[in-house]
Amino acid sequence: MKQDLFQAIADPTRRAILTLIAIQALTPNAMAEKFDMSRQAVSKHIKVLQECELIKPEHSGREIYYHFNPKKMQEFDNWISQFRKSWEIQFTQLDKVLSTIKKNKK
Amino acid sequence: MKNDLLFDFTVDKTAKTVFITREFAAELSLVWDAFTKKDILDQWSAPAPFVAKTKYMNFEVGGKRFYAMVSPDGQERWAIQEYTSISPKTNFKLHNAFSDKDENPELPGSEWDYTFSEENGVTKVTIVIYNESFDRMEKLLDGFRLGFTATLENLEELLNSLSEK
Repeated sequence: MKQDLFQAIADPTRRAILTLIAIQALTPNAMAEKFDMSRQAVSKHIKVLQECELIKPEHSGREIYYHFNPKKMQEFDNWISQFRKSWEIQFTQLDKVLSTIKKNKK
Repeated sequence: MKNDLLFDFTVDKTAKTVFITREFAAELSLVWDAFTKKDILDQWSAPAPFVAKTKYMNFEVGGKRFYAMVSPDGQERWAIQEYTSISPKTNFKLHNAFSDKDENPELPGSEWDYTFSEENGVTKVTIVIYNESFDRMEKLLDGFRLGFTATLENLEELLNSLSEK
């Protein structure tokens, strides 16, 4: 099943991993070392992050380096600004409705 | 109309929560009515070019508002809002779920919390939306996006027909 972006970034360890690889691509071994975690635990987090496209693997010889995918975060931010816009439109409509009701009362 | 009315919109991604605050140049009882009465809600609660159409609404704890956002080409997106808590003229809470036209909900939905306060004739409304899933939250916008694209397409057609002349 595809992972949900919210569920992916709600976890503090995954957020820490993202912060780290946003600076520099890392191998699963390097991540395990930096976070003092088992390879197994790291693999689970990688799976979640990769399924919602927040990180991308890149093969380099026998190693796999995981990169941060800023495009996915951008999508999220675009969504937020559109959601904001839709509320702005509704509230401007409400301003008009309120002023009409006030006028009719007088 | 005064333009110095507060509008604040923030998203806490990690807490899966959206916070919206807006001031209105009207007394609290009127703003409260605008959020809790069917006839007024239908006049503003869908972003143009959409219109809101409430099939029925019982504003009481356990009561529901069953309504649709209708696009310019007549497409309907239905939702059920169930009121879970009401403190008159202060606060109300609801559970929002999208549904089909026969009122079958798509669960889980989202939790909405509205708070009202008045100062010097200006009413402040704070809306907190908690959503378990980003995919669900994205759906809140689907309709809006469709409607917006439709409008742009209409405009494009209009421009094309004008330039042909």
